[in-house]
Amino acid sequence: MKQNTLGYKIKQYLMFGGVGTVLFLGVVAVPFIYGLYLTLTSWDGVSRSKPFVGFANFAAAFQDTTYWQAMGRTVIYSIFAVILINIVAFALAYLVTSGVKGQNFFRAGFFVPNLIGGIVLGYVWQFVFNRAFVAIGKAITGGTAVSLLASPNGAMFCLILVSVWQYAGYMMLIYVAGFMSVSKDVQEASLIDGCTPAQAMKNVTIPLMRSSFVQCIFLSITRCFVVYDVNLSLTKGEPFGSSVMAAMHVYNQAFTYKNYGLGQAEAVILFLVCAIVGVTQVMVGKRGEVEA
Amino acid sequence: MTENEKAARQKKISHAIMWIVLLLLFVCFIFPFILVIINVFKSKADIVANPMALIGAHGFTLKNFPEAMKKMNFLTVFGNSLIITCCATVLTILVSSMMSFVIVRNGRWKFCALIFSLMIASMVIPFQVLMVPLVSVYGGILNVLNHRITLILMHVGFSVSMAVFMFHGAIKTNIPLALEEAATIDGCSRWQTWWKVVFPLLKPTIATVGIINAMAYWNDYLLPSLVLTKKNLYTIPIATQAFYGTYSTDIGLVMAALLLAMLPILILYVFLQRYIVEGVASGAVKG
Repeated sequence: MKQNTLGYKIKQYLMFGGVGTVLFLGVVAVPFIYGLYLTLTSWDGVSRSKPFVGFANFAAAFQDTTYWQAMGRTVIYSIFAVILINIVAFALAYLVTSGVKGQNFFRAGFFVPNLIGGIVLGYVWQFVFNRAFVAIGKAITGGTAVSLLASPNGAMFCLILVSVWQYAGYMMLIYVAGFMSVSKDVQEASLIDGCTPAQAMKNVTIPLMRSSFVQCIFLSITRCFVVYDVNLSLTKGEPFGSSVMAAMHVYNQAFTYKNYGLGQAEAVILFLVCAIVGVTQVMVGKRGEVEA
Repeated sequence: MTENEKAARQKKISHAIMWIVLLLLFVCFIFPFILVIINVFKSKADIVANPMALIGAHGFTLKNFPEAMKKMNFLTVFGNSLIITCCATVLTILVSSMMSFVIVRNGRWKFCALIFSLMIASMVIPFQVLMVPLVSVYGGILNVLNHRITLILMHVGFSVSMAVFMFHGAIKTNIPLALEEAATIDGCSRWQTWWKVVFPLLKPTIATVGIINAMAYWNDYLLPSLVLTKKNLYTIPIATQAFYGTYSTDIGLVMAALLLAMLPILILYVFLQRYIVEGVASGAVKG
């Protein structure tokens, strides 16, 4: 039959999937493989030759203390941000599904930070931290006040705060969907059986929403690990390079210092760390999933 | 008071408390935006003197806007963002829905299965791993950077796997095969079946994919900043960044620039709020 010939298959595929395949391969697959090759060269970004250096870039990456400092910072930042994002998002989801007046309005309102890009958000918050909070601080103490962004710990705190503010509304939507999926019957049954509302939440609703938790935590981990836009606009790595996250370090290594091979090797390490953490979390999280 | 009345009253009180908590949280969430809005109508000196005052000592002013618009080259930049976002979104929808159609309906062809699993696997790759080779291939070897079309095609290439995944699910679960067979018997070619029968039935997924990607394209900074380095090609996020680098001390202008950068999408949100929230929610849950 004509539909089984190779020619027919190729024609069909190219007609519908040709453009998509070319774009996917050209933008994702080929650069990914070419990028792995680049980690084995010491290319400076300008010259035509790309000297082959074997695994020297990985060796250099493992000895690059500023990189591992940035990585450690990213891990600390991610731990705080992920936990807080999920707590805030869950609380918001609980409040906007509880049936109070105007809950759709609030739902839409909490989502607003997600509409705007990290660059603009970072500058808006820079103004808030550097001007508004300083003015409030001065008014309260009656004397002088310094911006939180001026100290290393303060800058880290600001980054976490802005990330929580930025992502909580998005994760809230996933938790809202989770709350909606838990049937009212099971909750009512547990209340009739003598659970207090808090017990019903802890022992019935939350276990049934486990997949929402797994998904939100995965999304927030993968986003926090490669944070760049807000980092660039809010702190720019300052003060004294104390808030440079891993993604920003990779960018600087490659595009500012022109160590393309080393930068790419560090990007690959970042990718591996991020993937391992994310996949482990999903596997651990999925294991305990229950159904009603 | 009966038990029922008591319970009803308790519920009312707890709702009132929750409502107040929500309102407070809501104010915290939009506080930064409110600050920008009240400061955009003040002169630089007034902002520096007191950023918290509703109206500056020198009164209400609109002069920040025209100057910021001129210095940021706002109309050009806005046009660039609009063209890039619209083209990339439409292309993403067309390309990925067609591709998922051929993949779903011919899942037994080895090549389809291979490319689909490649795409799924590629979704975990962060952009940081691809940016250096991307610049190296398209800048160094092919020399096609600094064209809007390059950025548009790259945007599509990056989001095609996620979009194919979503359309794949929609076609598989929502479009009965019998419908396509009926169309074929009635004399439709494969192409006509696709365009006249299947594509119109995908509307909800088209909306979801379109909204998610349009927002991502509009707000993306890193990829556009690597591809478009000429001033007349800047998109809004790059222009905001460049503007801030030059005029960060002129705080009145900065406020106007930030508001201008946020305004288009906020205005859109007022009208399409329900669709955006629903689209993002259903996209997030599937992804």
